[in-house]
Amino acid sequence: MNPDADREMVPELTAGLGLKPQHYDAALACTAQGLWFEVHPENYLVAGGPRLKWLDAIRKHHPLSLHGVSLSLAADARPDTVHLSRIGNLVRQVDPALVSEHLAWSFWNGVYYPDLLPFPRTREALMRIASNISITQEALKRPIAIENPSHYLVVDGHDWSEIDFLAELTRRTGCGLLLDVNNVYISAQNLGFDAEQYLDSVPARAIMEIHLAGHSADHNSETALLIDSHDTPVSAPVWALYSRLIRHAGPKPTLIERDGNVPAFGALMDERDRAAAVMLDPSAEFKSLAKAA
Amino acid sequence: MQTLAAFQYNFAQSLTAPPGTTANAFAAQPAFAVYRNTVTKSCIDVLQANYPAVERLTGEEWFRAAAAIYVHETPPDDPVLLRYGATFGGFLARFEPAKGLPYLPGVAQLDRLWTEAHCARDEAALDAAAIARLAPEKLAVSVLYPHPAARWAWFADAPVFSIWARNRMEQSAENETWEPDWKPEGALLTRKHDTVEWINLDASAYAFLDQCATGGTLAQATNSALAAQSDADLQTVMATLLGAGAFSRMSITRSRQHRGLSWPLSLRARRAS
Repeated sequence: MNPDADREMVPELTAGLGLKPQHYDAALACTAQGLWFEVHPENYLVAGGPRLKWLDAIRKHHPLSLHGVSLSLAADARPDTVHLSRIGNLVRQVDPALVSEHLAWSFWNGVYYPDLLPFPRTREALMRIASNISITQEALKRPIAIENPSHYLVVDGHDWSEIDFLAELTRRTGCGLLLDVNNVYISAQNLGFDAEQYLDSVPARAIMEIHLAGHSADHNSETALLIDSHDTPVSAPVWALYSRLIRHAGPKPTLIERDGNVPAFGALMDERDRAAAVMLDPSAEFKSLAKAA
Repeated sequence: MQTLAAFQYNFAQSLTAPPGTTANAFAAQPAFAVYRNTVTKSCIDVLQANYPAVERLTGEEWFRAAAAIYVHETPPDDPVLLRYGATFGGFLARFEPAKGLPYLPGVAQLDRLWTEAHCARDEAALDAAAIARLAPEKLAVSVLYPHPAARWAWFADAPVFSIWARNRMEQSAENETWEPDWKPEGALLTRKHDTVEWINLDASAYAFLDQCATGGTLAQATNSALAAQSDADLQTVMATLLGAGAFSRMSITRSRQHRGLSWPLSLRARRAS
């Protein structure tokens, strides 16, 4: 049996875009090779209506990725059964090319906190999160990718570095990684670690997806915090880290995220095309950045 | 060593407590405000998106200040934030600073019904021709079932529907002075295709639809309509409701209790047009 036979069934994903409602028509019409789209499943957990129709139309033209923000895998509780089964229904309905979640929590004691909250990376947390990932993968009948969130706060009591913690989760559960390069960059700035060292120690084989996004300085704080705001283009240092990562890990499906100050579809496609070019030739990006500097 | 559960308990408590009032050391870091602000702002943003007509009437600043109080009292209990704020209308009804706008809870109710109609199950609307084919004696014992996306409400004290509809539109003439005709109103929201649409219902059409929703026969719905409005034009009521896509299915009952009730109308001539 040809071991590559299964792989040929999976569409080749190059660079993709976070799908914004105002871009549905342009996204449907776009024929760029390897283009794919990502949405938050939470916005499509409805019984019917135009949202599901749009999503169904998109998935008939392009591969789709479901990027969850609410399974709260790092909470000291099992994923909510009803919520997990709703996500499972959507996964069956749209058959996404990728499914991902975050290394964070957002649901606790019956309250949903719409954010990706931190926790101490202890052995207890590792066991709980590994169990939650396994429960999720069994319910969805597929491996999921786990994303590194952005960090702002110094949390005491870590027994593991984040990348070692993520690597251990991939070993224990068979999950993959969604590496958000912008989150690595701003977390490194906010907490004072070396972003390049972090990226160089990522287990490349486990990477299922990469995220790129813009950030901004916190207006409310006197400290020099960078915020994962997704309201600007991808910054030059993040592009440099991205090409470094691709040199290290090889080409991986890469997504441009944009949630605020959303420009025209074409402007996002320019960023997306740049990522696709880096995937083909990461040293070219490196050289052009070096020249610009 | 603090357990994961204890950490989360303390973190969640610090997110909602006033700054500086918790003993948790991490909450004293300036960075903690990033989480606190994100959680509150996200909830307020969602309410603003879910209640656009309320925001338009009150102005953004007032709306966000009121929403912040609501978010504190009633945080989301479900990650599907499209449905967050089910009790916001009730909150506005009790909210002292909103007393000057007595129609505001009704406007919030209609914003909410819009969301429900928007994400309701898909089903084809009942074709008026299917009704027109029925013999009058069958019509009397027929039951029409409301479409899954149909939502309706009655406002006895104020023209809430007119106020809502005007403020739900993307653009309306802001500078024009506008005074609604101050009378009771009914509202019907439907989604025959992809877009939620809305029409005004008079007392007879509202009573008719409400009776259908309880499983009443057309004869019973007719009686309800006539009880609500003695000069009700039942042909118009039926044409309005069917035309808007208020129903999705029908059945014919065999119940003996409906024998002898007569259907007062012939719909055939009208449906044929």
